[in-house]
Amino acid sequence: MSVFIANLSKFISRFNTAFVMTVEISILSLFFATVIGIIVGVINTSKGKSIPMRILRGIGSVYIFIIRGTPMLVQILIIYYGIASALRPLIGFSWHSIGGTFTAGVVVCSLNAGAYMSEIVRGGIEAVDHGQVEAARSLGLTSTQTMTSIVLPQALRTMMPSIINQFIITIKDTSLLSTIGVAELTNAGKMMASNWSSQVLLLYCTMAVYYLVICSLLAQASKYVEKRMSYG
Amino acid sequence: MAENKLKVSVKNLKKSFGDLEVLKDISLDIYEGEVVCMIGPSGSGKSTFLRCLNRLEDITGGSVMIDGYDITDKKVNINKVRENIGMVFQHFNLFPHKTVKENIMLAPVKLKKMSKEEASETADQLLTRVGLLDKKDAYPDQLSGGQKQRVAIARSLAMNPDIMLFDEPTSALDPEMVGEVLTVMQDLAKQGMTMVVVTHEMGFAREVGTKVVFMDNGYIVEQGDPYEVINHPKEPRTIDFLNKVL
Repeated sequence: MSVFIANLSKFISRFNTAFVMTVEISILSLFFATVIGIIVGVINTSKGKSIPMRILRGIGSVYIFIIRGTPMLVQILIIYYGIASALRPLIGFSWHSIGGTFTAGVVVCSLNAGAYMSEIVRGGIEAVDHGQVEAARSLGLTSTQTMTSIVLPQALRTMMPSIINQFIITIKDTSLLSTIGVAELTNAGKMMASNWSSQVLLLYCTMAVYYLVICSLLAQASKYVEKRMSYG
Repeated sequence: MAENKLKVSVKNLKKSFGDLEVLKDISLDIYEGEVVCMIGPSGSGKSTFLRCLNRLEDITGGSVMIDGYDITDKKVNINKVRENIGMVFQHFNLFPHKTVKENIMLAPVKLKKMSKEEASETADQLLTRVGLLDKKDAYPDQLSGGQKQRVAIARSLAMNPDIMLFDEPTSALDPEMVGEVLTVMQDLAKQGMTMVVVTHEMGFAREVGTKVVFMDNGYIVEQGDPYEVINHPKEPRTIDFLNKVL
């Protein structure tokens, strides 16, 4: 205990740096995941019968099928090692030329969370009463106007708890990026633990507190947003 | 009526949902200022007919001309046609995330028919007309059924349509609220609005309607002067139906 306290400021400073990396990856990934989620979710609820729409829906379904059906760790391995090794001989691709493990980490987390977000968006859209669409269309609104000003705002209300839940899951999932050497929180904890093997429990518990703080803050935000978004 | 303008001309309209043929062969002309009340047993196709008039349902066969535009023609911009056809639904379908006034202003502003100021003024006028100006900042969930339906009528009127479709507008209301909605509709009829009303309110059909159309099993069975059709029906199916509801 005394060793831990004597070195506490050193530990905290390293954890803080790594924590910033975790937060950066999370924010970027969640931003891209939200964009992916809205696009794929809207496409998957569309009923367009044209060939391009059918192809887009097919791509969306396959994407969700693959991401939901495989562990995130496997996705990390495929995207970081697999894709790079396949593309290197072809176009000289290497993750290190485009930001290294950080970029790879953001790509995996975005694709992973994006698939789950797509399903959340699809569910939210389908929960909106079809009468809303009919009312909007009968006034002369186009399908796009109906989607953006009538359906999505109402869907957002039902989706909000699930979206924040997905944010929490994704933040925790960034810890898996330690396996490819992203200098995030879990990675920093493992490095310190290997140098201070007598302090493993305290180090890992400190690390856990960082995750606890950010995730519980989000859970609180979720409650607040839910309250704010109820009508009237 | 002959001197009046033809607003809606339906010829040999057919509509199927899969194997189920809901509208079998409907032809009907509606002239400017007419108030056509569609009556008939449930499942007879009245609502489906109404929904074909603004193509909320895809039309299987025949033609529907609105103000000279054939809306079965894919080249006709249906959104433009719909701007001139208001529709009021059984379940109101107000936008719950918007206030009463925002509900009314949404379409005119979005579709660039009016500036925000004009739309706001129009909304106030319409709310005064339906007697709900004091509710303009309320949300739909805070209103009674009758109030919701009056707002829904005001919302449709904001686009300044020249045809109004009513799909069982009072069927979801508590009995004591039916009157307030019918009064608004009656005022509208007096002002010369062309109206097509699917209804079970025989009193309204008789007093406000200029024509009653009785539908059964996907066909128009009988039509004509409301008093005549309701009080002296000729077809056995009409007689049978009216015996049950009156």
